[in-house]
Amino acid sequence: MRNFVALILLLFPQIGIAQEWEDRQLFTADTSTQMLRVISSTDTVLFAPIIEHFVAENPSIGVEYLVHGTSDIDQIFRTDPDGFDLVVSSAMDLQLKLVNDGLALRLPDLVHPSWAQWRQSLFAFTSEPAAIVINNDAFAGHKIPQTRQQLIEALRERPDAFRGRVGTYDIRKSGVGYLFATQDARATETYWRLMEVLGTLGVRLYCCSGAMIDDLTDGRIAVAYNVLGSYAEARVENRDKFQVILPSDFPTTMMRTAMVSVHAPNPEPAAAFIRHLVALQSADNDEVFQLPRLNIQPNDIERATIALEPALMTFLDALKRRRFVAEWENAVIQE
Amino acid sequence: MTHSLPVSGSLRNRLVVILIGGAAILAFLLFFAVRNYATQVAQQGQDNILGASVASILDAATIRDGEVEIDIPYASFSMLSTPFDDRVFYAIYQDETFLSGYPGLAVADRADRFQTITFRGEAVRMITAERILIGIDQRTRIRVALAQTQDALSGTLEQISRNAAILGGGFFALAALLSYWATSTTIGQLQRLTDSVTKRGPQDLSPFKKPVPAEMAPLVTSLNSLMGRLDQSLSQSEDFIAEAAHRVRTPLATVRSYAEATLQRVDKKENRQAMRSMVRAIDESSRAAGQLLDHAMITFRADHLEREEIDLVDLVHDLVLRLTPIAEMKDLELRLQSDAPVAYAGDPILIQNAVRNLIDNALKYAPSESAVDIFVTANTNTQIKICDSGPGFPSEEVDTLTARFKRGRNAEGTIGSGLGLTIALDVAKAHGGDLVLSNRPEGGACATLSL
Repeated sequence: MRNFVALILLLFPQIGIAQEWEDRQLFTADTSTQMLRVISSTDTVLFAPIIEHFVAENPSIGVEYLVHGTSDIDQIFRTDPDGFDLVVSSAMDLQLKLVNDGLALRLPDLVHPSWAQWRQSLFAFTSEPAAIVINNDAFAGHKIPQTRQQLIEALRERPDAFRGRVGTYDIRKSGVGYLFATQDARATETYWRLMEVLGTLGVRLYCCSGAMIDDLTDGRIAVAYNVLGSYAEARVENRDKFQVILPSDFPTTMMRTAMVSVHAPNPEPAAAFIRHLVALQSADNDEVFQLPRLNIQPNDIERATIALEPALMTFLDALKRRRFVAEWENAVIQE
Repeated sequence: MTHSLPVSGSLRNRLVVILIGGAAILAFLLFFAVRNYATQVAQQGQDNILGASVASILDAATIRDGEVEIDIPYASFSMLSTPFDDRVFYAIYQDETFLSGYPGLAVADRADRFQTITFRGEAVRMITAERILIGIDQRTRIRVALAQTQDALSGTLEQISRNAAILGGGFFALAALLSYWATSTTIGQLQRLTDSVTKRGPQDLSPFKKPVPAEMAPLVTSLNSLMGRLDQSLSQSEDFIAEAAHRVRTPLATVRSYAEATLQRVDKKENRQAMRSMVRAIDESSRAAGQLLDHAMITFRADHLEREEIDLVDLVHDLVLRLTPIAEMKDLELRLQSDAPVAYAGDPILIQNAVRNLIDNALKYAPSESAVDIFVTANTNTQIKICDSGPGFPSEEVDTLTARFKRGRNAEGTIGSGLGLTIALDVAKAHGGDLVLSNRPEGGACATLSL
C-alpha cells in the first residue's frame, strides 16, 4: 500500500496478448527488476494483500497477477508452460495432473505436511468447504436446510418459489465445479437426486463462484449450491440477508494449491513466492491472509478434505469424464 | 637370562585377521543378500499393486450401445498412492485405437507382463493387461498399460539398505567382539602356561600336572620330558660333584696328616715354610670340598624340606660351644645374646650349617682379640644375626656376594671357597626367609638370617 503501484489494466487492450483475462493486475515496487507471472483462479481482492506483502518484503520482484477460471487456467498453462511462473488454482485434480505430467518444479527444501503437498511440487495453502448459500428472504417462515437431503425437501416443497432461482456450477466450464461434483457423487447418492431436482427447477449454471454470488446478492437467485464458502463470506455485503451453510451430512472441502512451472522464466522468485505463501498460511495475520487456512486435521469429518492423491486423475480420464458429464447433463438440463 | 628370541608373526594377530576378515566378508555378503532380497520383495509389492489396479480398470470396461465405456474406479488410482507421491501414467487402447490416458505410453506386445521402461524421462514400472469384450455383434480387445514411477521403491530400498548396513555392521561388530574373546581365551591358555613356567623357582624342574587343552598337550609333554632330562642331568652333575668332593676330601685328610707329621720332622727354615704353605693349601681344598658337599646336601634337603620343632637358642648355643676352641685359637670371643628359648619349625641340620658358615665367616674376618656377637631374636620374625668388628663388606658388593663362588675383594689371603653365603642364603630361602648383609656403623659386618 505504501510504496507500490497497483495498476488495474482490466479494460486496457493488450497488444500481443490475445488472451482475455477476467482480471489482470500488476504489483510492483519502484525497485522491481523481475516480474513474476502468476496465473490464478483466486479473486484479486482476496489475493492482493498476499502479493502486496510479498512485494513489500521482496522489493526487487514485481508480480503480474492474471485471473481466469479453473478450466481455462489448465488449458492456457498447458499450451504455454514457459509463459508463467506460478499456477494457483482451486481445481485440485487439474493441478495434480499438471504435476503428474511433469509440468511443475520440485521444491525439495520446502517443509509442508505430506497431506498438503504432492511430490514437493504442489502445495496446498487453504482448506475451503463447498457451501450452500441461501437468501434468507426465500426461507422466511421455513426451516433452513442443513443437509443436501433437507435442501431437496425444501425445494420440492415449494417448486414455484425456486423455479429459475437456483444456481450451481456448470461442470463443463468450471474445473472446481467439476471437482466438487465428482467428489459429491463419490460421497453420496443424494447428489444425483439433488441435481435432478435442480434440473426440474431450471437451474442457472455458472462458470465461476464470483458470478454466482453476484446473482445471489442481486436477488436473481435464492439458492446457490457448491459455492466456495470463503468467496461468499467475502463477497456478500449484507450478512443478515444471506446464510452460508456447510452441509452437515458431508462437507466437501477443497484445498487451493499453488505450483511453480517447470519452465518458469523466474524459478527462484517463484519458489520464494510459494515459500512466502506457505509461511503466511501458518502465520497469524488475518489482514494479509484472508483465505481460510489449512485445516490442521484434514480428516476430522470422514475424509472431508479431498486428498491430494493420484486418484484425483480418475475423473479426468476422457472416457470417465464423458460419461460423468453425460449423466450430469441428463439430470440437470431438462428442456 | 632374557634372550630376545626371533619372532615370526603372532598367533593372536593371525587369528584376529582370519576371524575378523571372515566376519567382514560375511557381513558384506549378508548386506548384499538382504538388499537383493528386499529389492525383489519391494518390486514384487509394487508389481502386485499395479496388477490389482490394472485389473480393476479392465474390470470396469463394458460395452454399452456398441460403444466401449470404462468407468475407472476411484480406488484404481487411489491404491497407487505412495509416501513419495509417485507419478502414475496409463493408456487405454481398444484394439489398435487409443481411447484415453497418456497417448505416448505404448502397450507391450504381451499382456500380463511387467517392464521397467523410461517414460517422460523417468524410469517407470509398467504392466500391460488386456481383456476381450463381447458385445451383441462385436468382439473387441481392450488393452490397458499402467505405469508408475519408482521413487517410493528407491526410497524403500534406501531405507532397507540403511537397515541392512546397520545389520551387517552389527553382525560385524558382534563377530569382531566374539573373535576378540575367542582369541583371548585361546591365547590365554598359552599365557597361563607361560606364567606357570616363569613363576617356577630355579630348582623346580618337576613336570606340569595341571590339565591343558588337547592342542597344547604335545607341547607340554615335550616340555615335561625336556625338564625331566634336565633334572636328571642336573642331579647327576650334583651327585658327581658330591662324589668328587668326597673322594678328594678323604685323601686330602691323609695328605694333611702326612704333611703335619713331616713338618714336625723338618728343621730347615725354608722347608718348614713350604710345608706350612702346603698344609694351608690342603686346608683350603679340604674346606672347599666340604662346602661343596654341604651345598649338595643343602640343595637336596632344601628340595625336600622336612620341618621339626626346634629351639634355635639351644641350637646356636651348641654351635658356639663347638666353635669356641677355634675362636680361642684366634683370640676371639663368641658372645651369644638371646631371648628365652626361640621355638621354630625347621630343618635343624640346614640351619646349623647356615649359622656355622656365617660364624666361620665372622671368625675369619674378625681381627684378633675382638668379639663376635650372635643374636637370636623372635620379635616380628625369627632372626639369627651374626656381627663381627672386622673390615665389613665392600659396600658395592653387598648384593652379589651371595652368588656361588663369589668372594669379596678383601677376601684375598683368607681361606674360603665362596660358597658360605650361598649356603646360608639357600637355607634361608628354603625356609621362606632371606639373608641380609649389612655393615655396622661402628665398623664390622653383620649377616642377618631371617627365617
